[in-house]
Order: sequence, then C-alpha cells, then structure tokens
Amino acid sequence: MNALAGRPVLEVENLTRHFITKGFFGREEHRVRAVDGVSFTVGAGETLGLVGESGSGKSTTGRLVLRLDDATAGRIHFEGQEITSLRRGQLRTMRRRMQVVFQDPYSSLNPRMRVGDAVAEPLEAHGIIKDKKARQEKVADLFQRVGLNPRFATRFPHEFSGGQRQRIGIARAIAVEPRLIVADEPITALDVSIQAQIVNLFMDLQEEMGVAYLFIAHDLAMVRHLCHRVAVMLRGRIVETAATEQLFADARHPYTQALISAMPIPDPDREQARQRIFYEAVTPPADARLQEVSPGHWVLDQA
Amino acid sequence: MAPLLDVRDLTVRFDTRDGTVQAVTGVTYSLEAGETLAVVGESGSGKSVHVLAMMGLIPKPPGRIAAGQALFEGRDLLTMSEKEMRDLRGGKIGMIFQDPMSSLNPVLTVGFQIVESLRRHLGLSKKAAWARAAELLDFVGIPEPQRRVKQYPHQFSGGMRQRAMIAIGIACEPKLLIADEPTTALDVTVQAQVLDLMRRLRKQLGMAMIWITHDMGVVAGIADNVQVMYGGRVQERGPARAVFHDTRSAYTWGLLHSLPDHDDPPAKFGEKGRRLVQIPGYPPDMTDPPKGDPFAPRNRFATERCHLEVPPLVQAADAAPGHLVAAWYDLRPLRAEAAVAGGAA
Ligand SMILES: Nc1ncnc2c1ncn2[C@@H]1O[C@H](COP(=O)(O)OP(=O)(O)OP(=O)(O)O)[C@@H](O)[C@H]1O
Ligand SMILES: Nc1ncnc2c1ncn2[C@@H]1O[C@H](COP(=O)(O)OP(=O)(O)OP(=O)(O)O)[C@@H](O)[C@H]1O
Ligand SMILES: [Mg+2]
Ligand SMILES: [Mg+2]
Repeated sequence: MNALAGRPVLEVENLTRHFITKGFFGREEHRVRAVDGVSFTVGAGETLGLVGESGSGKSTTGRLVLRLDDATAGRIHFEGQEITSLRRGQLRTMRRRMQVVFQDPYSSLNPRMRVGDAVAEPLEAHGIIKDKKARQEKVADLFQRVGLNPRFATRFPHEFSGGQRQRIGIARAIAVEPRLIVADEPITALDVSIQAQIVNLFMDLQEEMGVAYLFIAHDLAMVRHLCHRVAVMLRGRIVETAATEQLFADARHPYTQALISAMPIPDPDREQARQRIFYEAVTPPADARLQEVSPGHWVLDQA
Repeated sequence: MAPLLDVRDLTVRFDTRDGTVQAVTGVTYSLEAGETLAVVGESGSGKSVHVLAMMGLIPKPPGRIAAGQALFEGRDLLTMSEKEMRDLRGGKIGMIFQDPMSSLNPVLTVGFQIVESLRRHLGLSKKAAWARAAELLDFVGIPEPQRRVKQYPHQFSGGMRQRAMIAIGIACEPKLLIADEPTTALDVTVQAQVLDLMRRLRKQLGMAMIWITHDMGVVAGIADNVQVMYGGRVQERGPARAVFHDTRSAYTWGLLHSLPDHDDPPAKFGEKGRRLVQIPGYPPDMTDPPKGDPFAPRNRFATERCHLEVPPLVQAADAAPGHLVAAWYDLRPLRAEAAVAGGAA
C-alpha cells in the first residue's frame, strides 16, 4: 500500500466539454453541451459504471479523462496528480498507468501490424520487456488470458471477427498492468460467452492487481453484475449516482427509472410481458444540483 | 407460396496465406414475408459473412462462394449481376451493418447519404428526399433532425451513428431488412424505441428481418425464430420460445447460461467478484476446424461420434415443429447436470 491508499485513483470535478459548430464568418452557430459539469470519483480497485442516454457524453467523458480531448472547463486528478494542465510531452507516465479499451474494435487496431506485435507494442514502448523470448511468452500469456489462441499472434487484424479483435484490444490494454482502465463499451461487440470471459477477466485482474475501471456500457444487467457504483448520464449531466444495489432497488430520477424498466430480459415470456416506464427526456436545468437522498445516493433535483 | 428468401447450402471460404478459412458451411433456411429471424452465435461463427455473401459484399478474393443458392423472390442473389444487386441493395433489401463508422461515408453529411439512397431507389426529388431524410432521423429517435441531417458522421455519438444507419436501412421500406448488431450501441430506452419501430414496420409493410445480435434480451423481444451458429454451421434453429425453454444444443445452453442473472443481486464494493459461467476452451481455428461437430472439443457431453462426424441439422425429438438441432447427443437428460457443472468450469 502506498501513501495514496484511500484516495481515489480518479477524481473528476465539474468536467465540461462544449463543441461549437461555426457558421459563416466564424460566428458561433451551435453549442453542443456534450459534457456539462460532471463530477465523480473512482476508488482504487473500484469499478464505476457510466450508463445513460446515447449521446449523453459518456464517451466524451472517457476521452477527457484519458486526455485524448481537452476539457472546456473542470479538473481531473489521476493518482493525486492534476492532469488537465499537463502538456502532451508530460502525459507519458500517465499513459502507461491509465489504459483504454474502445467501443470500436475495427478502428482501434493498426491494419498493417501483426496482432501479436500490436499487443507487445505498449510493453516495448514502456521498456517493460526487452528480449524476444520473454516477449513471445508474454504475448502468448496475454492471448490466453483473453481467450484467444496464441497461434493467432502472427495474423493481421482483418483476419479476425469483430469480437476477436476486441479481445486483442483488451490484451493490449492489460499488458502494462495499469491502475485504471477506461473501458468504453468494451464488451458490446462480443458474443455473450466471450462477454462472460471478459467480465470474469476484468474481475480477476481487479482482484490480482487492484485495477480500477471506468466502465461505460449500455448493458445494464452486466453493469449490475460488474460495477460497484453507477452514475447515470443524461444530456451531459449526471442525473443520479449510487451504489449499484441502491440504484437498482431504489432509482429516484425518472430517467433512471425509465432506463431500468427498459432492460431487456432474456426470456421471451417475461420480455414480452415487461412493463416499461416512459420518460420524455428533457435537458436538466442549468441550476439543478445533485442532492444526497441517502448516504452515497445522489439525485439531480428537478424543477 | 414460395418463401421470401430461400437459402440453400450456403458455403463460403476465404483463401488466405494461413490456409482456407471455412467461414460458412451448408447454411440452409427460409424466411417468410414478415418473419423475424434472429441469428446468434459465437464471434467468428459466420453470422456476418453469411449475409454479406448473400448481398455480394465479401471481398473476392480472398473470399469465394463455394456452394449454395440464396433465392430472393425466386431469384438467386449469388449469381446476380453487380447492377441487379446494386438495385436490390438499399431498395428491396435494406441493410444495417455491424460497423457504422466504416459504412457511413465520413466526408458526406448524414442527410446526404440518406438522400442519395432515396433518390436512387425511389426517384424522389431533391426537396422531397431531404424532407424525408429528416423525417427518418426523427423516426429513429434522433433529436433535432433538421439540424442533424446537415452534420457529418464524426459529429454524431456512437448510438446516433447507429440510428443513422437504421434510418438508411429502412429508408426505402424494404421487403427484407438485414440488420447486423443494429442496436448494440444504443441505450436501452432508445433500443426499446427502435424495436417498437421495427415491429411497426413489420406489421405495416410486412417487412421480414434477419437480425444478427448477441443480445439475448433483444432476441427474446423480437424474434419469431432463432438460429444459433457455431463454427460456420447452424447448431440449432427453432421458434424463439422453444430455443429458450427447450434448448437442445449444448452450445445454445452454454450461451444462455453465461448471461448475468437478470435478478442477480448487484455487486458490492470489496466483494469478491462473482464469476459468470463461461464456456471452457477456445473457439475453433476455422482454417483447421474440428472434424466432427465443431463444438465437440468444448462440450463436456460430447460423445465419441461428436468428435468424428458432423451431425446433420434435423428436427429435434419431441420438440416444437421446426425446432431443429445438429447434435448426436440428447441434451434433455443432461441439462440439470450442465447447469451445476457450468458454474465450476
Ligand atoms: N467532434 C465532435 N463535434 C461535435 N459534436 C460532438 C463531437 N463529438 C461528440 N459530439 C457530440 O457530443 C455529444 C456526446 O457524445 P458522446 O459520444 O460523448 O455520447 P455517448 O454518451 O458516448 O453516446 P453513445 O452511447 O451513443 O456512444 C453528442 O451530442 C455528440 O453529437
Ligand atoms: N476478409 C477475410 N479474410 C479472411 N477471413 C475472414 C475474412 N472475413 C471474415 N473472415 C473469417 O470468417 C469467419 C466468420 O466471420 P464473421 O465476420 O462472419 O463472424 P461473426 O459471426 O459475424 O462474428 P462477430 O460476432 O464477431 O461479428 C471468421 O473466422 C473470420 O475470421
Ligand atoms: Mg459512446
Ligand atoms: Mg459479425
């Protein structure tokens, strides 16, 4: 345990990202409040689920945390260090300790690189392994951990299906044993038996190395299974956050209630009888604030 | 009456440096007007390739259609000229691809891409087509459609791109919609809306659907029939209720039991992770697939025969009519044991 024990790995404060579309003569035409004053923390070894409306700013939040995009306002602390003001050159160490698994397994791999090399790349870039034999063994081990046949290491990305490619991306992310993995819909493209493998793998890695996850997903059943806490986003804001059991048992915000009621049930009889709660999403008023309704359970107040 | 789509013995191969990939082997089924068939299965089992092959969209080489027919309204899609095919695609047969980023053109606005299809297939005027494009975006639940039609794909979120793809897929009111993972990137409320929309189209237009998905909840909600694929072959097919409640293939059983329990109490911080049931072993290397039942090496109930001989897809004993399974074993007496054993695997 280090001096930081107890302090969250990730602290996000009032994070904001607006996209401005310019019209003629550079006049501001439209402002998309993709992320609009979002605050949350992720503890060491904890999994925070980020769920919510499509287009509510989940991926943008992930990209800001990873410093792949620059915030309009707000602050991010990673392992106690303020990272929003770091310049490109200073991001190197952070990059190793914070890894990413993307939603889209197609565009995240270099088509001209053998997948084994792609997995070994971060290990080499950070000088973790040097000789060829250690490298080969490590790659084989990583392939096995994500449920891929190690013999596939010499093949190219186009020779794999979507799900297989996603597993390669995960092998790459866990290669350097990061403290935090931002996972943006990491299992969306996988078949359910592989989803189970990957989710088990995420839990094993958490137990073994204490890695924390910011887990962005739409599959609420999986979020419920995997995450310790959940934050629900709507139109760039967090509208509710709580410990997972609390959120599923006692959702307060009408959007959260609608979301939970729309979870599909893998049983034709129950699914077709399911009652949905409808909620016409509205943009939360700018002055709405999160209120603590019970310890650790926060809900955005409504007009 | 002849079915809308009649697929026979569809077999697709890829000749690669590492050998011949046996991507799809002997896939046979038919689809009636208005019917929804969900296709589920292992990643790499040939779900996408089998529909891409029908639509003339696999790269040749390395791909080739080694055998089979796919009759759409009586005409074989596999021997059609490229021009005939282009008229069908996006017209009578709508398609939604698995990968919206590479199937939307990044340098054209989303609206323009819908308009192009409407003008080509329905001969709409420019003005009518643009109005219709905005209507379609509204239809699939994209807010502010008038503004969104003028945006480029990168300005959309993942789920919005997927809905744009759906709008393009249904733009010309197709007879058959082929949808490859169409709702995976959507939040569940939007997903529910899209499914409602699809049910409406099915009813209003008699549109048939092939719906490729990993989401068993979606399958439960929308499918008339379910087809389960593994290793390029169909393992089980039948009415949705039968496949869920009277499962006959060990692979299907494994799939259904690897889902998180819907009523599971959720995670507590610090709690030792509860493991999901996983199917042991690796998916097959399709350049060198197992000799017999492709699932046999991972199936603890496999008999000797399963390892030696490929089982044919036939009507399952004492099952619902049209409930087919490819298995040498009888899963029924094994299910209880499988459920217990699965947890330890
Ligand atoms: N480069 C960009 N330019 C303009 N607008 C953008 C850009 N990137 C994202 N947006 C907008 O920001 C908002 C949030 O997008 P984001 O991708 O973060 O959503 P999301 O919650 O990840 O959605 P999904 O669940 O669909 O993936 C959307 O309205 C999107 O259109
Ligand atoms: N261009 C190609 N060259 C070589 N092999 C290919 C090519 N395209 C697909 N394959 C192979 O064909 C098989 C079937 O792939 P397909 O994309 O149909 O899988 P899928 O069932 O759709 O999987 P997923 O659920 O991951 O999308 C896989 O083994 C894949 O590696
Ligand atoms: Mg996203
Ligand atoms: Mg596919």
